[in-house]
Amino acid sequence: MEVNGLTPVPGSYDYDLIVIGGGSGGLAAAKEAAKYEKKVMVLDFVTPTPQGSSWGLGGTCVNVGCIPKKLMHQAALLGQALQDSRKFGWQFTEEVQHNWMTMTESVQNYVGSLNWGYRVALRDKKVTYENAYGEFVGPHTVKATNKKGVEKLYTAERFIIATGERPRYLGIPGDKEYCISSDDLFSLPYCPGRTLVVGASYVALECAGFLAGLGLDVTVMVRSILLRGFDQDMANRIGEYMKEHGVKFIRQFVPIKVEEGTPGVLKVTAKSTTGDQIIEGKYNTVMLAIGRDPCTRRIGLGKVGVNINEKTGKIPVNDEEQTNVPYIYAIGDILQDKLELTPVAIQAGRLLVQRLYVGATTKCDYVNVPTTVFTPLEYGACGYSEETAVEKFGEESIEVYHSHFWPLEWTVPSRDNNKCYAKIICNIQDNERVIGFHVLGPNAGEITQGFAAAIKCGLTKEQLDSTVGIHPVCAEVFTTLSVTKRSGESIAKDSDYFYYVVLGPSVVQREQGVNSPVLWAEASCLNS
Amino acid sequence: MAALWRRARPPAAPGLCRTLRALSGKNEYDLLVIGGGSGGLACAKEAAQFGRKVAVLDYVEPSPQGTAWGLGGTCVNVGCIPKKLMHQAALLGSAIKDAQRYGWNISQPVQHTWSVMAQGVQNYVKSLNWGHRVQLQEKKVKYFNIKGSFSDPHTVRGLTKAGKEIVVTADNIVIATGGRPKYPMHVSGALEYGITSDDLFWLKKSPGKTLVVGASYVSLECAGFLTGIGLDTTVMMRSVPLRGFDQATRVYKKKHICFTSQQQMASLVTEHMESYGTKFLKRCFPTKVQKLENDRLQVTWKNADLDTEETDSFNTVMWAVGRAPDTKTLNLETIGVKTNSETGKIIVDASEATSVPHIYAVGDITEGRPELTPTAIAAGKLLAQRLFGQSSELMDYDNVPTTVFTPLEYGCVGLSEEAAVQRHGSDNIEVYHAYYKPLEFTVAERDATQCYMKMVCLREREQRILGLHFIGPNAGEVIQGFALGIKCGATYPQMMKTVGIHPTCAEEVTKLHITKRSGLDATVTGC
Repeated sequence: MEVNGLTPVPGSYDYDLIVIGGGSGGLAAAKEAAKYEKKVMVLDFVTPTPQGSSWGLGGTCVNVGCIPKKLMHQAALLGQALQDSRKFGWQFTEEVQHNWMTMTESVQNYVGSLNWGYRVALRDKKVTYENAYGEFVGPHTVKATNKKGVEKLYTAERFIIATGERPRYLGIPGDKEYCISSDDLFSLPYCPGRTLVVGASYVALECAGFLAGLGLDVTVMVRSILLRGFDQDMANRIGEYMKEHGVKFIRQFVPIKVEEGTPGVLKVTAKSTTGDQIIEGKYNTVMLAIGRDPCTRRIGLGKVGVNINEKTGKIPVNDEEQTNVPYIYAIGDILQDKLELTPVAIQAGRLLVQRLYVGATTKCDYVNVPTTVFTPLEYGACGYSEETAVEKFGEESIEVYHSHFWPLEWTVPSRDNNKCYAKIICNIQDNERVIGFHVLGPNAGEITQGFAAAIKCGLTKEQLDSTVGIHPVCAEVFTTLSVTKRSGESIAKDSDYFYYVVLGPSVVQREQGVNSPVLWAEASCLNS
Repeated sequence: MAALWRRARPPAAPGLCRTLRALSGKNEYDLLVIGGGSGGLACAKEAAQFGRKVAVLDYVEPSPQGTAWGLGGTCVNVGCIPKKLMHQAALLGSAIKDAQRYGWNISQPVQHTWSVMAQGVQNYVKSLNWGHRVQLQEKKVKYFNIKGSFSDPHTVRGLTKAGKEIVVTADNIVIATGGRPKYPMHVSGALEYGITSDDLFWLKKSPGKTLVVGASYVSLECAGFLTGIGLDTTVMMRSVPLRGFDQATRVYKKKHICFTSQQQMASLVTEHMESYGTKFLKRCFPTKVQKLENDRLQVTWKNADLDTEETDSFNTVMWAVGRAPDTKTLNLETIGVKTNSETGKIIVDASEATSVPHIYAVGDITEGRPELTPTAIAAGKLLAQRLFGQSSELMDYDNVPTTVFTPLEYGCVGLSEEAAVQRHGSDNIEVYHAYYKPLEFTVAERDATQCYMKMVCLREREQRILGLHFIGPNAGEVIQGFALGIKCGATYPQMMKTVGIHPTCAEEVTKLHITKRSGLDATVTGC
């Protein structure tokens, strides 16, 4: 391959490093390299969705992922807060409606400010940025095509591929024509109305969760299980909670056709995965969240010989994020068998650059990475799921401690008792070391982070027990876990007593075997 | 409230205990716990688990304003629980404001009704009182609603509300009577017209325009939630807020120039409260409280800086000037239990033993211990395990995490910066810090100026973490896990190797990289 009539030779490249993809990982790597005075270019280009949505610099997390998702989740939580607040003495009009456009505009304004912030950061750090589609056309050479179709060639000594993923489509009649994905939802210029979310990924459940929280009629169509890859005990609890909070689930069905009915109404035909049953439903919006595919098939990897997994499109790399072509590296969601998480991509990118340019040796640690699913009841986890722990160590070698807990803040509104749940998995063979941490409850992410740090430091059950709790917070439940799953003992919390006062003795006495007229007489006094 | 406990049925045949002891020469109980608060109840229940015969004495002396409550002690009745619930009420007030930015249409006016909140909180507290009663009954712990006093080292006597004398004898006795708010007795009208946190949570009517006197965490927390529910609230403090918490200097960023100022974690908390609407009368101390004809309270105070006398009227004056242990009526001198003459607290050793071998003390009444529910619970449980369960494990009072539930919460664990400097020398300490913005604040257009965290580490190669301080929403939830990490000996590099959870506030802890020493801007930008 020739560029400007010359075969590139080392030392004569346009750049030290070209990063293809300006998402969390790519930008972190580019900025880190610039810190060491390397000549760096970032190519970023957002191919519009079938519905025409597009966005600025920053990748999935900032534009169509973590950030807008968590803000809309917050909007939904505030809806719950409004209901709670009445029980805490706040008074305002009964009728409270949610305005989709107000929320979306605020969210998009914030996202816009982040896009701008990234542009400024790249400029400050003297990283060349081109809003152009990058693809390999030969060794050490990429072609960058901008919106207007103008093509340029650039060479670099090294490359980092960080193109990320985009939502998958079903491949059924009407999907690209009528359905939206999470790439469209966060900037949707109208309220989605009655919505069908197809899929049971965390994206599906998070979006369904906040849409329902905003007061919309939401149905989730699930082919098989919820949250594949996550602890299934936790996944099912999340599903239960969502169901109780108004999200409808259609299990074991897959859509086979989407068509437009009357204007603004989509008719979805779905087929059972277990039989021949066909059902139809009408929705204003159909959102697909059945998975994501790596953007690796149209960036010229074949031209430079970078191997991809033909089935998944993912790129296999060694433990230093290096592809089979030594000068080409890859980070982020496109990696085979790695985690699709923003902080992981950022850390991988930074550490990679430090190894490349300043002789560092630290590798990205993909073990014990904590994560949180922002479903209405948040789920934080770190380490093994119960089933993988059983699989890896054997049921006899693990001890699972668990408990329900009732956030203090939920007692006064008297809601959702025995829904929040804490579970740790310990390896009996290794000093009861904590190998899995799972929490279902408000602020699960904030709770999980510190425990993840502790797990990194080799946390054992004994240390957990000897740590003093912070009272009264949810996280303290982990310092008092005493019931093992094996024992089958009850894990309902003391908060049941509240219902004693509310419901009266007959109900609770029956359930708890408490039988003391004297005590009940006093409880009546308590209420007077 | 008080009436409630008066109705408690007197325990059967009080004279019997005396008879039994006289006959056998043995004590009736294996363990007697005086004080049914967090620590005492935990100890009693744990001892009962070992099949021991246990009794608990609990009695709430009504406050000067006449407030009394049920079983469970300070935390449940007039501390953590009602405090955090009222804090939550205030947070929900902010949530209502935020909600409008997030698209919820709420037509004005939004108002807060004290009685609705108070009723909700009080009902919950009563359910906990009830829960404690039921638990004692289930665990076969004998409960006496009496105020006990030692008559000899194994015997405690007290009168029931019906006037009958109860005598309880026990092999081991644990004192866990806790503390009660102090009154500034030198201020005229203080006792007559003022309330304390013992009354605030049980008020049936809104306290209205309130003056909170003191700079303790109780003061700031109460003033914070009162402001949050819309009341005109003023804090009067003589000296520094939150004494004992981190007071170290911080790098203060203004217009891209970094300079050091005498600011502290504690003052960030009060700074936020000021922007939140709480008024502060700093370097002031009250001299007089008078009742006006319109039932308002006129407070006169001295401004130490200006050396002037000032005055204003309030609906409520609340003292939060500290807490004192409740030991006077226990008759401790007679049986030889030593107390600190200055603080009145009971002197204990590492095994919670007092100067009298079979008498122990746990909780807020013990000298030099943190006044925290979870430490009292843990200490009480471990004590019972040592007494009856052949355990030798001592309570570890190091690295106890805690959180102050001011409007912007402050959580911390381990050493404060100044304690670390004092212990290791400033050349051997590295402090990493950051100003960050919670994602939720962005759309809500909330000011995050005081959202700040710092990690105090040793400077030597391993960089072991000595302390972590965090100001921001959900500080308690954030700090708990890190407290464990510190317990496990976490180092700065280990913390940096921990992957963040995006987008949370806690993830900023794993990204701390600006040292105070560098003087660089510590504001977090972007992801």
